[in-house]
Amino acid sequence: MDEQAPRLAVWKFASCDGCQLTLLDCEDELLSVAARLEIAYFLEASSAPGPGPYDLSLVEGSITTPEDLERIRHVRRVSRRLVTIGACATAGGVQALRDFAGVKEFASVVYARPDYIATLDRSTPISAHVPVDFELRGCPIDRRQLLEVISAFLAGRRPVVPAHSVCVECKARGNVCVMVAHGTPCLGPVTQAGCGALCPSFNRGCYGCFGPMESPNAAGLNHWLRGLGMSTPELVRIYRTYHATTEPFQRAAEEAEEHG
Amino acid sequence: MDAVVIESLEPLIAELRSRGFAVVGPVVRDGAIRFEEIASAGRLARGVTDDQEPGRYRLRETGDEMIFSFAASPDSAKRYTQPPRQALFRMRGERIEEAEEEAPRIALLGVRACDLAAIGVQDRVFLGGRHPDPAYRLRREALLLVAVNCAVPGGTCFCVSMGTGPRVTAGHDIALTELAAPHRFVVEIGSERGEEIVRALPRAPASARDQADAEEVSRTAAGRMGRQVETEGIQERLSAHDSPRWQQVGARCLTCANCTMVCPTCFCTTVEDSTSLADGTAERVERWDSCFTLGFSEVNGTPVRGSNPGRYRQWLTHKFSTWIDQFGMSGCVGCGRCITWCPVGIDVTEELANLP
Amino acid sequence: MISHPMTPVVYRVRSRRPDRVDTVTLTLEPLRGDCPPFLPGQFTMLYAPGVGEIPVSISGRSRSGGYAQTIRAVGAVSAALCGKRPGEVVGVRGPYGHGWGVPAAAGLDVVVAAGGLGIAPLRPVVRALLAGRDRYGRVSVIAGARSPATLMYPRELARWSRQGADVQVIVDHPDHAWHGPVGLVTRLVDRIVFEPRRTHAFVCGPEAMMRATAEELLRRGVAPARVELSLERNMKCAVVRCGHCQFGPLFVCEDGPVLGYDRAGPMLAVAEL
Repeated sequence: MDEQAPRLAVWKFASCDGCQLTLLDCEDELLSVAARLEIAYFLEASSAPGPGPYDLSLVEGSITTPEDLERIRHVRRVSRRLVTIGACATAGGVQALRDFAGVKEFASVVYARPDYIATLDRSTPISAHVPVDFELRGCPIDRRQLLEVISAFLAGRRPVVPAHSVCVECKARGNVCVMVAHGTPCLGPVTQAGCGALCPSFNRGCYGCFGPMESPNAAGLNHWLRGLGMSTPELVRIYRTYHATTEPFQRAAEEAEEHG
Repeated sequence: MDAVVIESLEPLIAELRSRGFAVVGPVVRDGAIRFEEIASAGRLARGVTDDQEPGRYRLRETGDEMIFSFAASPDSAKRYTQPPRQALFRMRGERIEEAEEEAPRIALLGVRACDLAAIGVQDRVFLGGRHPDPAYRLRREALLLVAVNCAVPGGTCFCVSMGTGPRVTAGHDIALTELAAPHRFVVEIGSERGEEIVRALPRAPASARDQADAEEVSRTAAGRMGRQVETEGIQERLSAHDSPRWQQVGARCLTCANCTMVCPTCFCTTVEDSTSLADGTAERVERWDSCFTLGFSEVNGTPVRGSNPGRYRQWLTHKFSTWIDQFGMSGCVGCGRCITWCPVGIDVTEELANLP
Repeated sequence: MISHPMTPVVYRVRSRRPDRVDTVTLTLEPLRGDCPPFLPGQFTMLYAPGVGEIPVSISGRSRSGGYAQTIRAVGAVSAALCGKRPGEVVGVRGPYGHGWGVPAAAGLDVVVAAGGLGIAPLRPVVRALLAGRDRYGRVSVIAGARSPATLMYPRELARWSRQGADVQVIVDHPDHAWHGPVGLVTRLVDRIVFEPRRTHAFVCGPEAMMRATAEELLRRGVAPARVELSLERNMKCAVVRCGHCQFGPLFVCEDGPVLGYDRAGPMLAVAEL
């Protein structure tokens, strides 16, 4: 391997490992990645943590413990570029649902000895604590987009990760709109593209796991979804999943409650 | 060649296939009329119609033997004339290689007068200016158009207002009118290529009654438009940049871009650059884009059209007004797709009617 | 088969001159053959392989016949282009667009007003004016910059002054060594001499600067059609197919980038057009 190859690190915080697995899932391309980058720290794939500094750090997971807070500052210090991967690292993830209730209460229900649990009141994205160079969305992230981010980093260009709606991809793929043709509620119009319109391709509505698109009009969509028969609790629930605390989706759920 | 009558589409499909055309026709899939490759007439939609209204599309069984009793499909010919994603070139070292142009021969069976008009609009855009697109030309020449005169316009159709239908008058190779009792097709020729194909089919001359029935189909269809647009003075009405109507529709618009994706004439694209991880080869592709994205008008990091009303105004104004300045023709052919497939049912005809 | 309008021609970087901290002028020559002719105000699409493509105005012709193009590193593509060294290659399409109406200025006083990097597309205009100096009345060049350190082409401005132009510069954020006027380019309109009803103006810079300068010239009595601006819009193709550069009924790539204020003025007054 080239002595000068840029060094890649992959870090994990509160998460399910699914986004890291996406990197392993790149199979053929992973060999190319390994040829162009030195994979210096990646516990999921190797047990030998390499010393910093790193040219590119991919960070999975949200910040949920006091220890996380220290560690993410360390990661930032040893990383030239820091890219968050996935909904947890970018938006707090599904575990940010704790923000809407008391975390102590949850802990007392879940754990036999809640006093052993040292956790923060909220699950927060990486960007709430350190500067982030790029945020890759998705729950989990899309493997093509991950490879694009790595390629773009190597080529010195802006990653081609459009912030427009899922609908653009859905139509390019040739899907029939599940909302118009089947009456299936779909968050595609307010959700950022990137997944290749996966769920609508299987006649399911979009669950919004890539988070809000660049100019989401959730109030406009909510009005129509009510017409399709969705109740207020259902509307609140569809926005309170992977990006519950991201401002546009948080507001969308509140808007649904206000007009309920 | 005078009009003839054929009893079945099977010989036509077989003839087209024997000439090397992939025949793409209407089938029922995913609860809609879709255009996909067929091997025989048995695969074609039959006995179904569509109910279309703003933001809603449903198929309904009629139980009859008619094949083409529906209006615009969500699929238009744009997918074939201008694919959603096209490779432009690769660059390695100091060499640029253009993407190899492949244009398989495709016969589109069942396109409507509005679709033909849309292809005419795209021809003007991609071939009519100072920078003709050789790849478009190749695809276009590989396309054989077997049109069908609309019998059952949809609730969102307004081709009569736009002067593009419902009767096929130009741009086709072959035009069919489907008639009932007995089930048959009146066939009219639009090109030499079309004539050659029809001559190879079992056929009978069209009788006076056949022709009268066919004309009646178009006459009836013309009277059943679900929507209409007053085109007189439309450019003047669309110059009302400050109308409060833009704010109202902007509040409803999701800026999701569906209208532009389903529009058979919307031609806007963007480019994407990539580099191969394996050997660093640079590649450039062109893909469908939309004036509803923020990146579309971004200059130095700031979009010219950042607001929803601003973007909606751009789309409607371009389609119905500035397109005329740019290309000498309207950008709208009245197919109604943008109305049906808007996920929140925004109706361009209503928006136009409500401008001062 | 004829080449696709989106396919660039490979050019080699012949020279690279750093102008300012983030700005360089490259001269580019095709690997084979000659550069096509260009008119002042026209632009090319410059492609940094694997990074992207952007419109860049042509600011002159090099001695060996190549294009001189001045680029400021503001994004990934422009930064990649600015980083190109002599011997490296880029892709070039064009030249494109409707240039400055230099011949229309014959016999008149001429005002050339530039803001920031807006002087780059005006450089060939000034050179053409000064090369045929006796065909024009008074020639005034007013140029503004954010700061003395970002003022473009300082040596050339001095040369133009020696060659018979009234050259005035202004900066918005002076440093301790600056003794010239402070403020926006529009302030310089009062410091130059021209006969408004017999004046032709070429204006290029940020949109707000161009509008303010045009309005000031109009207020002084210059005819709107005699004030030309060069517009900037998002542009992906430059060959009337991507749709991005639309400006009302116009495609900036083909109908512009240079437009008379009689047409551009009313449209620029409409928000988000």
